[in-house]
Amino acid sequence: MVSFVCRRLFGVVPTLLVIVTLSFFLMRLAPGGPFDTQRRLPPEIQRNIAAAYDLDKPLYQQYFIYLDRLVHFDLGPSYRTKDFTVSELIADGLPVSARLGLSAMAIALLFGISLGTLAALRQNSATDYSLMSLAMCGITIPSFVTAPVLMLMFGVWGVRFLGYDISLPVGGWNNGAFANLVLPVTVLALPEIAIVARLVRGSMVEVLRSNYIRTARAKGLPEHLIVLRHALPPALLPLVSYLGPAFATILTGSLVVERIFAIPGIGRYFVEGAINRDYTLVLGVVIFYAAFILLLNLAADILYAVLDPRVRYQ
Amino acid sequence: MGAASDTTAIDRAFDVPGRSLWIDARRRLTANKAAVSGMAILAIVTLAAIFAPLLSPYSYDATDYGVISCAPDWWPGSIIACRAGGQHWFGTDAVGRDLFVRVLYGARVSLAVGLIATLVSLVLGVGYGALAGFVGRRCDELMMRFVDVLYSLPYIFLVIVLMVIFNRNFYLMFIAIGAVEWLTMARIVRGETLSIRHKEFIEAARAAGVGRFATIGRHVIPNVVSPVVVYVTLTVPNVILAESFLSFLGLGIQEPLTSWGVLISQGADQMGSAPWLLLFPSLFMAATLFSFNFIGDGLRDALDPKDR
Repeated sequence: MVSFVCRRLFGVVPTLLVIVTLSFFLMRLAPGGPFDTQRRLPPEIQRNIAAAYDLDKPLYQQYFIYLDRLVHFDLGPSYRTKDFTVSELIADGLPVSARLGLSAMAIALLFGISLGTLAALRQNSATDYSLMSLAMCGITIPSFVTAPVLMLMFGVWGVRFLGYDISLPVGGWNNGAFANLVLPVTVLALPEIAIVARLVRGSMVEVLRSNYIRTARAKGLPEHLIVLRHALPPALLPLVSYLGPAFATILTGSLVVERIFAIPGIGRYFVEGAINRDYTLVLGVVIFYAAFILLLNLAADILYAVLDPRVRYQ
Repeated sequence: MGAASDTTAIDRAFDVPGRSLWIDARRRLTANKAAVSGMAILAIVTLAAIFAPLLSPYSYDATDYGVISCAPDWWPGSIIACRAGGQHWFGTDAVGRDLFVRVLYGARVSLAVGLIATLVSLVLGVGYGALAGFVGRRCDELMMRFVDVLYSLPYIFLVIVLMVIFNRNFYLMFIAIGAVEWLTMARIVRGETLSIRHKEFIEAARAAGVGRFATIGRHVIPNVVSPVVVYVTLTVPNVILAESFLSFLGLGIQEPLTSWGVLISQGADQMGSAPWLLLFPSLFMAATLFSFNFIGDGLRDALDPKDR
């Protein structure tokens, strides 16, 4: 077990190296640089700036300088956001993005699992079909359509429910106030709920057909115990291996959601950084996210091996 | 009675025309209402996209400052600033261009991106996966290890970097998205290839002296077609979504050309005052994505021999 984890951890290093190398050189292929401005700077000042950021050295030297810094967990200074290092920027956006993503994930799991189980228990009934068509809607309608529609409904028109005004703010973060979280988290969670529900339904239908469930029924166990204690745990196994990709999708979705709702998270830095040629910032975010996803995949693998005794550590 | 009539009975039994997997599959597919309506919708959208210039008197890039963000004539409600009139069936956008034509031109781009990027992923994925699965051993391990590495890339970030670098090059976008989507395809094909590698007909081909690459091309790939077909129909909507996602971030297609993603993002900006600008592109995109998903699900049910 320990050696399995160690080996997988070491496997992460070459993967990260590939990612760093690929993104580093790709970024540099781009025409234009981070210090191009409307007004041309005098050549001596340009030289000074380039020297200050090591941009005057040959590319391969810059690459090794970057790697050297990276090993010391230094992502370098941001080229465009003056006086900030990339680590500071990421640390600044991370709590916001994490709060957004984790809330969305929790809601997706909660609703996805319960809806998927419900659909599986009522397989081929009207409930099943309508739930699964709803799930299909959730997958096909992109977040940048649901977001403005929800904003229009809850923000602009304002919704009254049982006499209460439940209008919600349509943007901003406000230090993570609950009202500001509702819409972005919903938008982020909707497709994920749909995917999780489909997954859980599929595996649940299979599990419910298996022999030991029939045995449990034959022994006269109450239905809720059969479902909760005997069917649900094995039915959730495929979900574990979906955990890594799920977080990747939420990160991707957060690019759009953070932009639409003007939320100061990491995703916004990334898009702005790419457009501004802020090499270090973009690289930093890519590496940070890649490491995060790699570790999550690893965690999912280990969890899977722990939960499913049939999987052996190879 | 005796041996003679028995043989005729057997002969008669053999006279029943054989049903191939594909005939069976087609029958099951055409019985699936969701899949058939998906195909119908897709056919209509595709035809409309191809014949877009013939369907409307307006050009996709002609601006008309007399009708800025005007509603179509049939739009309900009275507090609308202006009516587009004429043959602007879907109203007009912020610079007075006809939305109907623009939605159809957007369909051209979105469908083209979807199909071409999927084709790229198909060629790469099937070739790579079949080779890895067929050659096996160290080569397979190395090749799939490489896929694993690429799999853990936050690919949308790389696509964004690519789009920024190459200045929103139209063709590059096809390739970039396709180059990202081939990984799953390679895994599926490799798995299938591994499972048929030791079947008798492959051995027979080898015994008959068929070369390695010819075996892959003639005998392996045709036998992994059905999961690939299913995955392809499910990749197209993903690619269309990816393109619209990039366009939404402002990294996709550039004006005056358009795609559904661009139209939706522009519509979202004016949603409060001109909701039709969001409604029609979203409807077209959702209908298309639905169709592809229904066809994919239908194909999976039709081609899965387990369900017979």
